[in-house]
Amino acid sequence: MDTQFEIKAAPPHGASPSVWRDNSETILFVIMAVGLIVAPFFTYPLFLMEAMCFALFACAFNLLIGYVGLLSFGHALYFGWGAYLSAYAAKSWGLTPELAILTGTATAALCGVVAGSLAIRRQGIYFAMITLALAQMMYFFALQVKLTGGEDGIQAVPRGFLFGLIDLRNEAAMYVVVLAIFLAGFLFIYRIIHSPFGEVLKAIRENEPRAISLGYKTERYKLIAFVLSATLAGLAGSTKAIVVQLASLTDVNWPMSGEVVLMTLVGGLGTIFGPIVGSFVILVMQYKLSVVGEWVLVIQGAIFVACVLLFRRGVIGEIAAKLRIKL
Amino acid sequence: MFEIFGIPSMALFGQLLIGLINGSFYALLSLGLAVIFGMLNIINFSHGAQYMMGAFAAYLLLKFTGLGYWPALIVAPLLVGLFGVVIERTMLRYLYKLDHLYGLLLTFGLALIIEGVARKNLGSAGLPYVLPDSLQGGHNLGFMFLPNYRAWVIVASLVVCFGTWFAIERTRLGAYLRAATENPTLVRAFGINVPVMITLTYGFGVALAAFAGVMAAPIYNVSPQMGSDLIIVVFAVVVIGGMGSILGAIITGFGLGVVEGLTKVFFPEASNTVIFVVMAIVLLVRPAGLFGRRA
Repeated sequence: MDTQFEIKAAPPHGASPSVWRDNSETILFVIMAVGLIVAPFFTYPLFLMEAMCFALFACAFNLLIGYVGLLSFGHALYFGWGAYLSAYAAKSWGLTPELAILTGTATAALCGVVAGSLAIRRQGIYFAMITLALAQMMYFFALQVKLTGGEDGIQAVPRGFLFGLIDLRNEAAMYVVVLAIFLAGFLFIYRIIHSPFGEVLKAIRENEPRAISLGYKTERYKLIAFVLSATLAGLAGSTKAIVVQLASLTDVNWPMSGEVVLMTLVGGLGTIFGPIVGSFVILVMQYKLSVVGEWVLVIQGAIFVACVLLFRRGVIGEIAAKLRIKL
Repeated sequence: MFEIFGIPSMALFGQLLIGLINGSFYALLSLGLAVIFGMLNIINFSHGAQYMMGAFAAYLLLKFTGLGYWPALIVAPLLVGLFGVVIERTMLRYLYKLDHLYGLLLTFGLALIIEGVARKNLGSAGLPYVLPDSLQGGHNLGFMFLPNYRAWVIVASLVVCFGTWFAIERTRLGAYLRAATENPTLVRAFGINVPVMITLTYGFGVALAAFAGVMAAPIYNVSPQMGSDLIIVVFAVVVIGGMGSILGAIITGFGLGVVEGLTKVFFPEASNTVIFVVMAIVLLVRPAGLFGRRA
């Protein structure tokens, strides 16, 4: 498949190599980490925690579309089912939050293995349709089984005590935990992308037949990437369920899959920081626009159209291209 | 009245009928998707929204201009088809050289806009569409009751489906179309205006969706989310059938409708998910789809 993400941040062309340019990613990471540590003093911590969960979700999604060229239109499946199992484990089994999050993440990983091994059997546009259809199947499943609480969802999930010791009802403690999970997830994805394994993924994105001819078992690589992405999406969903103390049908329905696509597209497909910026932009927009409620759908749609027609690199992609740096 | 596998025949054939009705919508929509994909290389995510537009057009035509069901069956698809032509001219044509997924994302955005506007202006509750007198009532066939309108829907969609098949596979215009699908540059060299053909193909595919929407209006309520519920199932149908064959799309559509109807009788809990399960099985057994060619 011949993808045309315009993400090849040009090597500094003519510009003299500088410490700033060479380390643009590290610098931005430090700025982001410091920003997130300071931010709760200026705005609602709950909003920031939710935003970090969505940012991790979008980064996980971006791992597939940005670096393997696979468009999964069903990522709500992993996010939502991660949230359900995490909420259920914390509430009904009374597990500590870290074990609850682990349960949710493991569930998402399992779903990823099953859905991924089905979806990679077809290429291109079919892949997107299969992932969407499987996610819809699991949505109907969530609607019917008792575990999920149907229309009500799982409400009043206890945040509990981390390792049985630290009370997470304390907003500051919860914030530190979410920040740690988010940064760890982000660094993990960064590590994947910059590993030899990540290079093979990019080779598959650029030219799969060629990667096959070089002897790579591309199906295996695609499946592993899919499972990693699903697992991280599940981690995001599980954490979100503990933070907002709710897992509901919204998390697992198709508009959620669309939303994560939108976040990544706005921020920039195949950029490392794009999904984070995109998810903050979209969430802020949703909060600001909650007054005009019904128009949210129209505005989201319009952003999709505008991004695809005019703005395919996304916010971070455009900046990176202008400054000729890697972000 | 008799029983089959312990199920009263009325219930069984009733569900089979509903299955065939759903199947005719699956067939019409997946046919449109296949035709559009063939020419434009784009998966039209707004297909469901355009189906909903057809139903709403029929509703609004009746409410504001007094145009009844029969004229609406022609006018609504034309209007929505025209809308499709505008979309193709102003947006989609810029995406042909890009990766498939941008077409999917753009049409997904369009679907959100259309659904949002419909919801804003018409509310999210369903609106009833009154049947024309000529199609009310029905016949008792002894083993089941057959409402006239449902019989009409099945017959009409069969006619339209096979009409489309005939036009594409057996006429000169269809030959141009198939040739342009294979090699547009060469067809242009023969002096055929391929860009106009692409535009009209998209308009036709969209009109087909709107036609299905008008037919669906009296059966289901007219509601903004009627399209998004359906389109995902139709995607699964397309994955099962493969988009390579027109006849394949029609057969798969009707077949899966029947499968779904039967599931409703024997195992109602699974009726929502059975098509997705079939999709998973087909992917395991025949990854290219029932009628697909291995790429």
